[in-house]
Amino acid sequence: MAQAAIELIGINKSFGAVRANRDINLEIARGTIHGIVGENGAGKSTLMSILYGFYQADSGEIRVGGKPASIKTPNDAIALGIGMVHQHFMLVDNFSVLENIILGAESDALLKSSIAKARSELDRLEREYGLEVDPDAIIEELPVGLQQRVEILKALYRGAEILILDEPTGVLTPAEADHLFRILKQLKDQGKTVVLITHKLREIMAITDNVSVMRQGTMVATRETNKTTVGELAELMVGRRVLLRVEKGEVEAGAVKLAVKNLTVKDSRGVTMVDDLSFDLRAGEIVGIAGVAGNGQSELLEAISGIRRAVSGSVMLDGKPIDLTGAADPGELRDRGLAHVPEDRHHVGLVLAFEENENSILGYHDDPRYLKGPFLNVDAIVADAKDKIEKYDIRPGNPRLKTANFSGGNQQKIVLAREMEQDPGVLIVGQPTRGVDVGAIEFIHKRLIAMRDQGKAVLVVSVELDEIRSLSDRILVMFAGRIVGERGPEATEGELGLLMAGVERQEAAL
Amino acid sequence: MDVFIAIVQILDSTIRLSVPLLLACLAGLFSERSGIFDIGLEGKMLVGAFAGAAAASVFHSAFIGLGMAILISVAFAMVHGFASITHRGNQIVSGVAINFIAAGSTIILGQAWFQQGGRTPALQPGERFDAIVWPGADAVRDVPVIGPIYAELISGHSLLVYLAFLMVPFTWWVLFRTRFGLRLRAVGENPAAVDTAGISVAWLRYRALICTGILTGVAGAYLSMVQNGGFVKDMTAGKGYIALAALIFAKWKPVNAMFACLLFGFLDAAAIRLQGSPLPIIGKVPVQFMQALPYILTVILLAGFIGKAIPPRAGGVPYVKER
Ligand SMILES: Nc1ncnc2c1ncn2[C@@H]1O[C@H](COP(=O)(O)OP(=O)(O)O)[C@@H](O)[C@H]1O
Ligand SMILES: [Mg+2]
Repeated sequence: MAQAAIELIGINKSFGAVRANRDINLEIARGTIHGIVGENGAGKSTLMSILYGFYQADSGEIRVGGKPASIKTPNDAIALGIGMVHQHFMLVDNFSVLENIILGAESDALLKSSIAKARSELDRLEREYGLEVDPDAIIEELPVGLQQRVEILKALYRGAEILILDEPTGVLTPAEADHLFRILKQLKDQGKTVVLITHKLREIMAITDNVSVMRQGTMVATRETNKTTVGELAELMVGRRVLLRVEKGEVEAGAVKLAVKNLTVKDSRGVTMVDDLSFDLRAGEIVGIAGVAGNGQSELLEAISGIRRAVSGSVMLDGKPIDLTGAADPGELRDRGLAHVPEDRHHVGLVLAFEENENSILGYHDDPRYLKGPFLNVDAIVADAKDKIEKYDIRPGNPRLKTANFSGGNQQKIVLAREMEQDPGVLIVGQPTRGVDVGAIEFIHKRLIAMRDQGKAVLVVSVELDEIRSLSDRILVMFAGRIVGERGPEATEGELGLLMAGVERQEAAL
Repeated sequence: MDVFIAIVQILDSTIRLSVPLLLACLAGLFSERSGIFDIGLEGKMLVGAFAGAAAASVFHSAFIGLGMAILISVAFAMVHGFASITHRGNQIVSGVAINFIAAGSTIILGQAWFQQGGRTPALQPGERFDAIVWPGADAVRDVPVIGPIYAELISGHSLLVYLAFLMVPFTWWVLFRTRFGLRLRAVGENPAAVDTAGISVAWLRYRALICTGILTGVAGAYLSMVQNGGFVKDMTAGKGYIALAALIFAKWKPVNAMFACLLFGFLDAAAIRLQGSPLPIIGKVPVQFMQALPYILTVILLAGFIGKAIPPRAGGVPYVKER
């Protein structure tokens, strides 16, 4: 092995009662791309944040380039040439790209010269790495892919020799992810060290030299990538064998449960996001909507679930219309058997400051099961939450824990458990496994298929093609607010990819 | 010509009345831009006013008074910082507490030290900031139009008035042209971004609060050492709250803040001027209505006319790294 760029020795870190890292040892060779995989909540982000000085380890030692390093703040890490692109971007949304890049790395007390210097430096970095971005654009007006580019530029601008990326592809389209990987390879060719956190095993196989696996706060294995397999990694991650593709039997689709007709929806800027769109969803089928993020899927989901106003068109639930004025009562829709797992669980699906048990009944809190006269029946709610925790393997299994303290995958399970356990006739799920690890993905997919087998109508919107293909009975591809094609589950990735890119059907056939 | 003179006079008192609002508003701007809500502007102004007048009359020096006003006001700002930055307390509660402590302590100490029912002794010349007459002001006074404008509006204010208006471009420059300003604005929007960029969130916010303390100190000194020849209990009379309204109104921008404060100052000046004298058509306007006007205006304008006022995104939320 080449010389170690980073050595972590005996790292421990607890957040209150949660032991996020236990006795972690890790060695990262200079000039390599080192992958770190693990389920959500395994402690990957925590470990890397310790290396970056964002958190302080409770105990343990860090060596950089063979020398013991004391990293107490991100400043210390930056001085040692460590840069990090966080899972949740650390950008000031209403600042320009340049302002974000110089923040904390200004060359003197006045901005003018700092900005001028950064502008020329940025120009050089952009050319060197193919990281084009308009230096004067405002962050919130940039798509996430470009925001991530700004984060990478930020690290390079500070002279990072070791670049940590925390789940960088979660927000990217396949093409954007490919571009990112080319950049990472280029960085490696220039002798930089890259640490890539992800839970997409395919990415690990495609780009890393070595891979380490974390599970429940411990480091379970480190492998050379070309000497391991996806199967082995998946098994190490969850501690048991996993099916990467869920089996599903044949079910006869039944009556139309949800009928969307000529639906047109505009976003807050007045841009038409859903354009005269129609489709039916039947009992006993899973319809998957594929598409690159931002082609109107979010707006479609919001309109159907009564959160966003539609400009025209209709949505019928069991033959009766849904109020599309944006004033629909979500409680009434729930009573009518429409359950909705929103895309953005942090902002729409959960109240992070609530306890787990409170979130597990949110929206159904008027149900007599959870009430004692006019009051909430806390005992019944906690018992009910315990039940769901067991059924959905939510970890940690403590219904009184604050929801913010659960990892992303477990938070998603909380929302899914809440909506599925109400036994709805129609289930609408946005990005069912975004930010969710392999073990939980399999579990969630199984539950969705079980719902369909019980004769429920399930609508799944996802940007993950794999997921769409393994779940759906019918696949609708959305592009620029319209459905540009319908395919069966046997459709190839290439075929769907062309449709998603907006290439006309005739061309796709060529 | 009479009407013209009257207008110049109203504008002149508009300037005088808007100065404490402007200083307090800019003070609030520093703190809120850094993500710390400060409802305690009122209290800090009050202690500044008291400390300034007391020190000036004891040491017979306006400048010692001003220094003391700033010192005490900054000390109170640091208490707010200690509660809300270091201990991540609720910023509103801390601010309200400061207002109560300020109102009570100034009366008690004033009575204990000076035995004048909570007042400080009347300030003598040299213990106050007197008006500065600009060269040639008296000579041009009788020139039509230009004369009164120069002599009344521009000349003849105290040092602190000029200082307050100079603070507007200065604040703008600090905020948008310096490294400190960039970081200050960043920490009010996304403290985690500042933290990961290797900058101390706490120290940055403390520095913002020091700026706040200095400005509320000057505002207090203006009240007791310029507008009034000494401290009178509760002399801030809600100006700290009007300054907060002006800040929202101004969308947290320095130049807007100046115009908002001038508007509120003008309403105040007009209210005083029109007191008791009936207006055409409307008739007599109750004083109370005029006094409530800044607030009513803020609500109405915010409700529809000036668009959405988006506060700094991290405002009011203590920065917690580990949940
Ligand atoms: N700032 C924090 N405060 C409290 N608990 C946290 C914090 N960050 C992470 N945790 C907890 O530590 C564990 C590991 O989380 P994390 O490192 O984010 O996992 P991963 O990145 O592998 O998904 C989880 O249980 C998570 O809830
Ligand atoms: Mg993570």
